[in-house]
Amino acid sequence: MSEMTTSHKAASASAVSVIARDTLLTAVVALVLAVPFIGLKSDSVGTALTLVTRWPLMLAMVGAVAAGRVLVSLWRLRSAAKAQRATAHTAAGDAKASLAAWGNSHMKAIGFAGFALAVVLPFLPFSNRYVVDIGTTFLIYVMLGWGLNIVVGLAGLLDLGYVAFYAVGAYTYALISTQAGWSFWVCLPLAGTFAAMFGLMLGFPVLRLRGDYLAIVTLGFGEIIRVILMNWVDFTKGPDGVSGIPRPSFFGAPFSRSAPEGVTTFSDLLGIEYSSMHRVVFLYFLILALAAITNLFTLRMRKLPTGRAWEALREDEIACRSLGINPTNVKLSAFALGAMFAGFAGAFFATRQGFVSPESFTFMESAIILAIVVLGGMGSQLGVVLAAFALVVLPEWFREFEQYRMFLFGAAMVAIMVVKPTGVMGHREPTIRLHPVGKSKKPEAAR
Amino acid sequence: MLKIQGVHTFYGQIEALKGVDLEIKQGEIVTLIGANGAGKSTLLMTVFGKPKARHGRILYEGRDLTRVPTHEIVRLGIAQSPEGRRIFARMTVFENLQMGALCTDGSTFDEDVRMVFDLFPRLEERRTQRGGTLSGGEQQMLAIGRALMSKPRLLLLDEPSLGLAPLVVRQIFDIIKKINQAGVTVFLVEQNAFHALKLAHRGYVMVNGVITMSGTGKELLDNPEIRAAYLEGGHA
Repeated sequence: MSEMTTSHKAASASAVSVIARDTLLTAVVALVLAVPFIGLKSDSVGTALTLVTRWPLMLAMVGAVAAGRVLVSLWRLRSAAKAQRATAHTAAGDAKASLAAWGNSHMKAIGFAGFALAVVLPFLPFSNRYVVDIGTTFLIYVMLGWGLNIVVGLAGLLDLGYVAFYAVGAYTYALISTQAGWSFWVCLPLAGTFAAMFGLMLGFPVLRLRGDYLAIVTLGFGEIIRVILMNWVDFTKGPDGVSGIPRPSFFGAPFSRSAPEGVTTFSDLLGIEYSSMHRVVFLYFLILALAAITNLFTLRMRKLPTGRAWEALREDEIACRSLGINPTNVKLSAFALGAMFAGFAGAFFATRQGFVSPESFTFMESAIILAIVVLGGMGSQLGVVLAAFALVVLPEWFREFEQYRMFLFGAAMVAIMVVKPTGVMGHREPTIRLHPVGKSKKPEAAR
Repeated sequence: MLKIQGVHTFYGQIEALKGVDLEIKQGEIVTLIGANGAGKSTLLMTVFGKPKARHGRILYEGRDLTRVPTHEIVRLGIAQSPEGRRIFARMTVFENLQMGALCTDGSTFDEDVRMVFDLFPRLEERRTQRGGTLSGGEQQMLAIGRALMSKPRLLLLDEPSLGLAPLVVRQIFDIIKKINQAGVTVFLVEQNAFHALKLAHRGYVMVNGVITMSGTGKELLDNPEIRAAYLEGGHA
C-alpha cells in the first residue's frame, strides 16, 4: 500500500516538473514576443514620435499565456489518465466507441435534419431579411467548400487559388448578361463550363507537381486571374467592376413591383402581395439547391470509380498506376469538376450582388475556403458545413466583438491543432458499410 | 509469355539495368533474386513502363510493352503487387479490393472477391477494417489480393516477404503456390533467396543490373556460389 502511494507521488512529482518546464518555456517565448508587440508602443505627441512602455500590461499578458499553458498541460494529463483507465475498463471504451458508432450511423439523419432546417429557415418566426442574407452567404461558402473538397479533400491536391474559378464564374455571368443580355439560367451552365475549362488550364501544367509546389503554382494562378481582371480594362472594366448585372427571374417572372407590358411579375404570377423579401428568399433557395446538388454530386462520385480513384490518388499515386488508373485523367477531372462548382457559385454571387469587381476575389477568399475544408476535416461533407458555420456565420453574429475576431480565430486554430489535428470531422467515412462476417454487432470491440 | 530482351534502363545518367534478358513461360513461377540495389525492382517497374526502357524490348504475348502507357498495362492481364505493399491506408479492406477491380468491367466482381477471401480468410474477417490498421502480413495479403482482383494471367510480386515474420513469410509463399496452381503465372522478385528458389520453377540471379546466372530453382539452390552469396547465415 505504502509502495503504491510512493510511486503515485513520484509520478505526480514528475508531472509537476514537466508542467513547470513547459510553462516556463512558454512564458519565455511569450515574453520575447510580447516585448516588441505589447511592451513597447509608439505614440505620437504632437508631431514627435515617442515610445511608451506598458510593462504591467505586458506582464499580465505573459501571465495569461503561462496560465493557459498550465491548463492545457493539466487537460492533457487528465485525458491521458482517462485513456489509460478506458483501456483498463473496456466498458468506458465501449461507451465511447458506441457514441462514435451512433454518430456514424446517424450521419445521414443529421444531414437530412440540417437540410430540413435549411429549407424551413426563411419561414421561421424569427427569420427576417438579415437572417436569410446570412444564410445565403453561409450557403455560398458551404458550396465553395464542397467544391474545393473535391480537389483538396478527395483528390488531395492542395489548391490555394480556388477563388480564381469563383471569379471566372462571376465574370462570365456578369459580362455575358450585361453585354449580350442572356438570362441567368442560360449563363449558369456557361459559367460552370468556363470555370471547368480554366480548371483544366490550371490542371495541365501542374500535373507533375505535388504538395508545396502545387500550392505555390495554384496560389500564383489565383493571383494571375485577379490581376488580369484588374488590368484588362477594356474587357472587364478593371477595378471599377461590372455593375448593373441583371437579377435572376423566377423562370421568366421578375421580382419587381411592376413589370413592362406583356411580362407577369412573380407576385402577380402567384397572386400574392409584392414584397421585397421574395427575391431574397428566392436567392436563398437558389443557392440551397445549388449547394445540395454539389453535395449529392460529390456523395455519388465517391461511390463511382472516378471518385474512388480521386481518393486512391490522394493516398498513393504509384499504387494507382499499378492498378490501371490514369493519374492524368483523374487529376484533371478533379480540377475541372471542383472548378465547375466554383463557377456555379460565382454566377450566383454575381446575380445576388448585382455587381462584381476584382476586390471580391482576393487571396483572403481562397484562404477562407481552404480553411473551411481543412478545419472541417479533409473530405468530410458535414465537416465543411460545421466549419463554414464557424468561419462565416459566427463572425457575422458576433459583430459587436469584432475587435476580438482575429484573436478568436487564432485561439480556434490553436485549439483545433491541439484537440483535433485532422479537423472537426477528420474521420474518413467508408463508402460502403458491410456487416463483418460472423458478428453482426460490435465489430470494433471484438478486436 | 513475357520476354525481356536486352533491356537497358536509366535513372538520369545512371544505368540501372545493363541489358537484361529474361523469359517467363505460361504457368511458371519464376523468381529473380539479388542483393539490395541490384536492379530487381527497377526491372519490375520497367515492365510497367515507369521508368521506360531506353533500349530493348519487353514482349508480352508478342506485344511490345515499352510502348504501352503504364495504366493500360494492367488491362492486358498483368498485375503488380508493388514493393512496400502500398495499400490504401485510409480505405477499408473491401474498398482496397474494389480499387483492384477498377479496370475490369465488374461483372465477375463477387466471384473474384470470393476467390480472394478463400485464399486469404484473414482478409474476410477484416474486410471492414481500414488498410492502415492491418498487420504487416495482412497488408501484404491485401496487396496481393488487390492485384488478383484485376484477374491477371501474369502476377508480378515485388518482395512480398519484406519486413515480415518468418512464419508469415511461409504462409505468403504457400499462398503464392496456390495462386500459381490456379493458373496464374507468377514472377517473384525476392531477397529471401532460400524461400523464393524453393518455390520457383526457375530462377534468375541479378547483380548490378545484369543477369549473372539462371537455372531451375533446385539447381540454383544447390549452386555453391549462390549458397555463399545469398543463403549463408540462417535461412528461416
